[in-house]
Amino acid sequence: MSDDGRSTTGPLPVAALDDPHLAPYAKRPQAVAAAAAISMVIGIIGIIGFGVAFWVGNQTQWQAATLGVGLFGLGFGVAAWGKYLMPQGPFVEERHDFHSTDDERDAMSAAVVERGGLVVKRRKVLGGLFALGSAVFGVVAAFPLLRSLGPKPGRTLFVTNWRAGSRVVTVDGRRVRPSDLEVGGVLTVFPQGHEGNSPDQTILIRLQAGQEPVVLESPGRSDWTVHGIVGYSKMCTHLGCPVGLYQEQTTELVCPCHQSVFNVRAGAVPQFGPAPRPLPQLPLAVDAAGYLVSSGGYDQPVGPGFWERP
Amino acid sequence: MIDKSLRWLDDRLGISKGGRTFLDKIFPDHWSFMLGEIALYSFVVLLATGVFLTLYYVPSAHEIIYHGSYAPLRGQRVSEAYASTVGLSFDVKSGLLMRQTHHWAADIFLGSIAVHMARVFFTGAFRKPRELNWVVGITMLILGIVNGFLGYSLPDDLVSGTGIRIAYSIIESIPLVGSYLAFFVFGGNYPGNGVIIPRFFILHVLIVPAVIVGLLAAHLGLLVKQKHTQFPGKGKTERNVVGSPMFPTFMAKTTGFMFMVTAALFLLGGFAQINPIWQFGQYQPYQISYAVQPDWYMGWLDGALRVMPSWEWVGWGHTWPLEVFLPAVLFPGIVFNLFIVWPFLEAKITRDTAYHNLLDRPRDRPLRTAAGASVLMLLFMLFCASSTDVLANYFHIALNTVLVTFRFLVILVPIATFFVTRTICLEMQKAEGVGKRKRAVVVTRSATGEFATFDADVRPGDGHEELEAIPVPTFIDLTPRHLATGPGVRRVMR
Repeated sequence: MSDDGRSTTGPLPVAALDDPHLAPYAKRPQAVAAAAAISMVIGIIGIIGFGVAFWVGNQTQWQAATLGVGLFGLGFGVAAWGKYLMPQGPFVEERHDFHSTDDERDAMSAAVVERGGLVVKRRKVLGGLFALGSAVFGVVAAFPLLRSLGPKPGRTLFVTNWRAGSRVVTVDGRRVRPSDLEVGGVLTVFPQGHEGNSPDQTILIRLQAGQEPVVLESPGRSDWTVHGIVGYSKMCTHLGCPVGLYQEQTTELVCPCHQSVFNVRAGAVPQFGPAPRPLPQLPLAVDAAGYLVSSGGYDQPVGPGFWERP
Repeated sequence: MIDKSLRWLDDRLGISKGGRTFLDKIFPDHWSFMLGEIALYSFVVLLATGVFLTLYYVPSAHEIIYHGSYAPLRGQRVSEAYASTVGLSFDVKSGLLMRQTHHWAADIFLGSIAVHMARVFFTGAFRKPRELNWVVGITMLILGIVNGFLGYSLPDDLVSGTGIRIAYSIIESIPLVGSYLAFFVFGGNYPGNGVIIPRFFILHVLIVPAVIVGLLAAHLGLLVKQKHTQFPGKGKTERNVVGSPMFPTFMAKTTGFMFMVTAALFLLGGFAQINPIWQFGQYQPYQISYAVQPDWYMGWLDGALRVMPSWEWVGWGHTWPLEVFLPAVLFPGIVFNLFIVWPFLEAKITRDTAYHNLLDRPRDRPLRTAAGASVLMLLFMLFCASSTDVLANYFHIALNTVLVTFRFLVILVPIATFFVTRTICLEMQKAEGVGKRKRAVVVTRSATGEFATFDADVRPGDGHEELEAIPVPTFIDLTPRHLATGPGVRRVMR
């Protein structure tokens, strides 16, 4: 009996040594054998070379060269042996139908449908209970698994650590005076105590000299700037990358990730690219000691859009 | 000795019958059947070099002061993940070679999968009975892309960290559940509380590779069970496979090829610098660098994000970040699902229920070829669009011009490709004997000026002897018999 269709009772296939099916593909087998041998010897030398290169130093190029030549030489020799010197045939193998006979199919589906159906139909309640139990287990198991992964978002995405009176500091905690920024200069700042915190990152840009507020093309924000300095959330409203490129000539902020362009003089409205909303603006003020503070938090969630955002 | 061992094993496992069939398995010869092998051996290299990397890499976001041998970083606060990756590159013997080879192997792995998949698609190798293996292959492609992203995110450098930030926002963009999903994956609001690196690590080194190994076993198992497809040719039918046997011919060729692929990857890893994370610096969520591009296989998604207009929609009390959700979630979802259902769709449309073991020539299936070329071109255009900033800089064109151009190109080029490809296929069908060497034709002119043509005589060297295919012989009779002109040999003319 045989499941692959090969008869085990028939004569075993025999071939003569000089059967052309066993002949090498190469016209000059001796030359190819010599070439394969040379290739493999080079390979062995290369691999030994890798050992030496590894032993005596840590020079990446030497390691790669020796290992590469070694493995390639060995591999080329073996592949040439296989391709040019081993029996090429052509040999043939018959395919066999994948599908079983109709009787076998009937028997299979009968076993599933009838035998299985019989026991399930006879004890419908037990089957139902087991299915219910498995489903309940699945749902219940998913909850602790999911909930242990992280907190619920709650209001986290809506608020930052900027409050009225938050001290404006650099990432290393240094407070910032308006004079720290030259015209055209930019600085990344955080509320004191939250240096380096991603959602709080804010970019200050000095648009003009002197103490007058910047006249922005956005109504109702006339007192949000001080000493010609304007502050925007540095998180792109597209995908949250830091909007880190400032073009002084056009007063535009560019996000290097997907090239959204924001017009700094017009309340950072997106001029171009995939960003959908302006960068939220931080209202700025100067305290009695002459340092920059925020006169309020952001009036909207910073960064990319999300479902709960109204 | 060998004979005795085989008998011992057969007594206990009955290996002889199945084993013999396996050794006689026939592999048809065609260069394009090696593409999948490149993927397979790249994966072997990925596993080997990856194990080496895990011996030194520390999956932790914990901040330490860098004290390694790379002077520009000394004294800086960096994460253990970043410090250990820099350490791998400079302080571990052959660490840089292993790291770069691992990265190259990942890029080549996905590249060879893509080309292998294109071969399978355009030749119709996915048709019945091989639809399941096509689905297994697509699943491995998706997992490979995911694991590539997870892997290049692990060093915690500035460029990859930006990629993680983008991934977070993409998850966040999913309507209804996005914020929750993002918080669960990252353990909180971005950048989370330091759990993302250990989580990415265990996914990258254990969970995803384990699934890929399982699917790979299924992929190869199905290939053995269902046998190879083959291109039509002399003696090749739907009911047979003609080629060289598994043992020893194919085994020698493929083992040699494995060594050669490995050699190529190590040469790339040693001579072609890739991902020099020490130049990028530690990731900080408020820092960014110019020309932020992902690895090549993520390029089409990045390009899709770039060319998408800013179509955020606010309605029913909620924000729908469609400018992110459509290109980065829905679009890849549609693409991969289209890949998966294609064999079933095509069989349904063409009402084809037959078994197919002979491959198509792409020109003979103009619509399939045109559709495939069109999708490839769409993906390629999106891939190009992921470097709008670099193109604008390089060619001194305004960024806006480049982007608007690409918005048109990603729509127009695939459409044009469809019709051009279809036309080329139809034209090639009409031209007889395209791609075949023709017999010489002699043109003569008679004394009266009349032209006549006739086929040239057969010259020696034209045509060749071709053997009839025979089953793989078991025993070799060492006494020579003269068969060269006997049965089984025929002369084939061009």
